[in-house]
Amino acid sequence: MAMKPELMKRMVKGPDGLEFEVEPLRDYYCEAPPTVMPAAYIKIVEDLFNWARAESIWILGFGTGCGAIEMRPLMTPRFDAYRYGVQWRPTPRQANLFIISGYLSTKTLKRAIRAYEQMQNPKYVIGLGSCTINGGMYWDSYNTIKRLDDYLPVDLYIAGCMPRPEALLSGFMDLKKLIRAGKGEGANKYVENFDWYKANQKRVIHDWDMPDYNW
Amino acid sequence: MTTLTIMRELHTRLKALFPVGELTEQRPALGFVTVPKEHLRTTLMHLRVKEGFTHLVLLTAVDWLEEGQFQLTYLLSNRPLAIDLGLRVMLPRDAATMESIHDVWPTAATYQRELREMFGIDFPGSPRLHEEFILEGWKDIPPYRRDFDTLKYANESYSQRPGRETHDPATHMKQQLYPNGR
Amino acid sequence: MSFDWMKIPYSLLTLFIVVNYGFLLNALIQKIGARVGRRHGIPIWQNYVDMIKNYGLRSSITHGVMFYLGPVFRLSGGVGLLLFVPTIYGSYMFSNLSFAGDLILALYFVFFGTLGMALGAGESGHPHAAIGITRGLSQMTAAELPFGLAVFSVALQYQTLSVTEIVAAQQGGILNWTLFTNPLAVTAAMLGFLGSMMRPPFDVVLAPQEIPIGPPTEYHSSYLALMQTNRAIFPVAKIVIYMNLFFGGADDWLTFCFKVFLIYLWSAFVGVVFPRFRVEQSIRWFLVWAVPLGVLSIVVV
Repeated sequence: MAMKPELMKRMVKGPDGLEFEVEPLRDYYCEAPPTVMPAAYIKIVEDLFNWARAESIWILGFGTGCGAIEMRPLMTPRFDAYRYGVQWRPTPRQANLFIISGYLSTKTLKRAIRAYEQMQNPKYVIGLGSCTINGGMYWDSYNTIKRLDDYLPVDLYIAGCMPRPEALLSGFMDLKKLIRAGKGEGANKYVENFDWYKANQKRVIHDWDMPDYNW
Repeated sequence: MTTLTIMRELHTRLKALFPVGELTEQRPALGFVTVPKEHLRTTLMHLRVKEGFTHLVLLTAVDWLEEGQFQLTYLLSNRPLAIDLGLRVMLPRDAATMESIHDVWPTAATYQRELREMFGIDFPGSPRLHEEFILEGWKDIPPYRRDFDTLKYANESYSQRPGRETHDPATHMKQQLYPNGR
Repeated sequence: MSFDWMKIPYSLLTLFIVVNYGFLLNALIQKIGARVGRRHGIPIWQNYVDMIKNYGLRSSITHGVMFYLGPVFRLSGGVGLLLFVPTIYGSYMFSNLSFAGDLILALYFVFFGTLGMALGAGESGHPHAAIGITRGLSQMTAAELPFGLAVFSVALQYQTLSVTEIVAAQQGGILNWTLFTNPLAVTAAMLGFLGSMMRPPFDVVLAPQEIPIGPPTEYHSSYLALMQTNRAIFPVAKIVIYMNLFFGGADDWLTFCFKVFLIYLWSAFVGVVFPRFRVEQSIRWFLVWAVPLGVLSIVVV
């Protein structure tokens, strides 16, 4: 496993002349493993939260494939997804919904995993387009993954190549139903099957140069 | 003077100076000539300085597996005359090495980095040549070489979802449109 | 000096009204912006839902003590600003905790939240947060400068530092408002007002399309919900100061809602018409157009 030199453990001389040891993978990340986050104890509270989560879907604006172009029209007057409480956030910390918009090369998969792990529980994943389902037109490519659900817990797939924005809107409606029924537990599923997901991810990402869980 | 005559006169002038091959006229404004490997640099410099081909449009490669050769194509453009000229260089496929031209066009460094990664052609002296460009942690032979079996690699590396079917488009559409076989 | 304990529940009532009004007003202004773009925009109750959701997120992570305190400082900045300025003129219930020198304290609270935020976002360690803070503070400073000058001008004009007395001096007809008695100061302050409302053309600090969202890049869950609450209180609290200083204050809640809406609409109006400035452009704009007006208003007074 080749590591980039800036990720190696090394001695650094600070501006005040003191030398100290830096080990980026330990120092820059939180080491705590992820835990299963239980739902609120009282059912009515959890129902209220689930309703709020369904009505306020914040999407991580991270275009991973050609499907990202289908999300732009959703902000325009013609489709106007804001009507349904769907908004775009530029940072994974604030987002709840990660849309994998098309094919994922192994290089993008690494970034997608990092972004997904930085999102806060509960979080949802939508696979957009055929490429996320079975590879689509990249089924024999040397560098794209074929099944997204091997690597991230997917709540919903939207089929098509590419699906129209209307299909996305209908997908949001279906996701709302899932969340309101309390079935949007992808984050906990990820934690419960953590070893399986990590093994799958490490099988295709050959230069794994990050900690196992990116807080 | 038409574009075609400009191109032919240019070829005549080039032929007097360098051992270039015949002109392949793709379009009136696009031609290709073959240059021996050791004369490439002087030809490029001549075209750039004397003939106004100041823009390197692209640098790409073709794998002629059966002939055991790589073909490099340097596509140059003359903006005022709006004509493009491609220089072809044939390299032996084993341990392919080519002189770097990053000092003539700095953009060439990026093309050469890509060619090194995708075809395994070495360009000694080109900056950041051995850094990963697109593929991260690639262990197999370079994927754009034609002896690399993409389908086999994909099947071995990535799990396929069962149930995928492939149809030949012609027969499939015939079935769809004329189910009675008419 | 005896403290009037009844002030506390009354102030909390003010706070409650203002929070709800702020949430609805923010959504309304957002809807107006969307209508200009021929969209329908978010539902009017969307901000409540967002807040419930953010409080309801199950996990949150921290980067240190200041990371916790950042949103708290921000919120106390907004609440403090609101509570030390009389909301409704002449009403015992809603004059809050105003006192003789409250104008100075209010000016301090305007900046307090931003500074707390700077410390918190700085501790998050995200480079985007640091860049956003640098941009935000420089733009805030440039925008507060004309406002500060206008406030001095008004204080000189009425020879007092008490907001209540300034409002009292403006009663008795629309022509007694500072807007007409000292138009230069009002113009300078209203130009500065544009810069502090985080709407275009001066929203480069928080715009999601720029350096991702600026200072709150790392904030999430309850931290973000706290900041959202502040985003409901702070604009209204700030507009209350403007209303009291320049537009004759408000006698009842109806006038209050109307005036606050109109003043907010001014920034929304400019926002939908003009494209976004870069930070150095906006600072130059404030220094060239707004600050000289402020200086002039002091000289004239």
